[in-house]
Amino acid sequence: MPFYVSPEQIIKDKADYARKGIARGRSVVVVQYSGGIAFVAENPSRALHKVSEIYDRIAFAAVGKYNEFENLRVAGVRLADMRGYSYDRRDVTCRGLANAYAQTLGTIFTENNKPYEVEMVVAEVGDSADDDQMYRLTFDGSVADEHGFVAMGGQSDQIATALTERYTEHLELDAAVTLAVSVLAEQGAPEPRTLESAQLEVAVLDRARPGARKFRRITADRLATILSDPS
Amino acid sequence: MEWSAAVGSGALPSSFMTPGTSSFSDFLGATAPQMLPGARSLPAGQVEAPHGTTIVSATFPGGVIMAGDRRATMGNVIAQRDIEKVFPADEFSCVGIAGTAGLAVEVVRLFQVELEHYEKIEGAQLSLDGKANRLATLIRNNLPMAMQGLAVVPLFAGFDLESGIGRIFSYDVTGGRYEEHSFHAVGSGSMFARGSLKKLYGPELSEADTVAVCVEALYDAADDDSATGGPDLARKIYPVVLVVTTDGVRRVPETEIGAIVNSVVQARLARPDGPTGLRST
Repeated sequence: MPFYVSPEQIIKDKADYARKGIARGRSVVVVQYSGGIAFVAENPSRALHKVSEIYDRIAFAAVGKYNEFENLRVAGVRLADMRGYSYDRRDVTCRGLANAYAQTLGTIFTENNKPYEVEMVVAEVGDSADDDQMYRLTFDGSVADEHGFVAMGGQSDQIATALTERYTEHLELDAAVTLAVSVLAEQGAPEPRTLESAQLEVAVLDRARPGARKFRRITADRLATILSDPS
Repeated sequence: MEWSAAVGSGALPSSFMTPGTSSFSDFLGATAPQMLPGARSLPAGQVEAPHGTTIVSATFPGGVIMAGDRRATMGNVIAQRDIEKVFPADEFSCVGIAGTAGLAVEVVRLFQVELEHYEKIEGAQLSLDGKANRLATLIRNNLPMAMQGLAVVPLFAGFDLESGIGRIFSYDVTGGRYEEHSFHAVGSGSMFARGSLKKLYGPELSEADTVAVCVEALYDAADDDSATGGPDLARKIYPVVLVVTTDGVRRVPETEIGAIVNSVVQARLARPDGPTGLRST
């Protein structure tokens, strides 16, 4: 047992640990479409969610260890509601949340013995596609401003490559969901597999939804209809 | 898991990350109590604050209606002539407030966030009784201010998805919660409104007729209570009327209310004390 471990080694060990944990889990794809932003997660559980509403136009998706990203989700909802209550609903922004998450994840990574095995996206839908925002946050608190699509968890590199080839802007919702589900199904397993709606969790931030709250879950029935449509 | 929030780290405090309460007001009480309306300690004294109101609520087959007048008074002065006192609390319920206007609006805001917060954290809506109980707690927390003369008294109504009917709840300043049946009114003009509703209301009236009955009741309240405002036909300021059914909360649009108000006023020109009996459905 060495007396001294270099800081680089400590950080590298933590980072490897977190990456391994995230790669072990199932994947989530976040995709911009014509009407907003779609979140497609491989998730066989009906009770435990990987994709959730944070505020009117802001949603959260994560991969990794459930109890860790659940803590982050609850913290985000609390922060958003506090800001919206003390200022105004319009003053709650995705950027502000992403900053708070980055600081939190960074502090946890540096100061905890065990980093959070979590990778997450916070996204905000705007009045037009140009105003949509997506931020990807990794276990060490890095933030990246993303466009078009984000793939997290599992074989995320493979999924990202497949999406780079096949994704186009301004897809309709059905096409975007079908694309996301097919890239999720292809990755990993040597034999082709199909993902049924019971194995998926899909939600959208729908620009056109009446009212302030734009988050909406796609029901299993609706999802089955989208997936069974051959076109 | 405790981690030290290093000075200047900017990270969210661990209290944000700790699972536990799904209640927004409890969370504020633990982490930022100064943000709660009732939590401030006040020096003794009187302050002039806007008051006054009548709020009425009545059930009909398929839902419930809540209507409120538009006047806020400060002593003998009309502080505001178009204040809104009836708000949707969430998708299937609404709340109307009587008492100190500024505090009451803050309590409603807190209540709206409370309900939304619970739904987002838990992934499910509160039951209607649960919502009514949370409002009672918020009012109870305002008791110290109420005893200084800054009281807030709400009327809460919603559509109960489990039983499929509209339900009404009234409160007193201590946070006591009472379920009312058929109809109820709160505020300085509530006695007159209730007298009017007693004669005009029927449990089988249609939604449109129940709205009209509520408008009549507000008119009668304004007729006898100076702190309740009647309809302002010149400025087109009409009562706020919300309808809650299985389809959610709907605000009756101004054109529709205007038409109802105008027909009520026209009838009063002929008979100033109002209609003599139940409307025919």
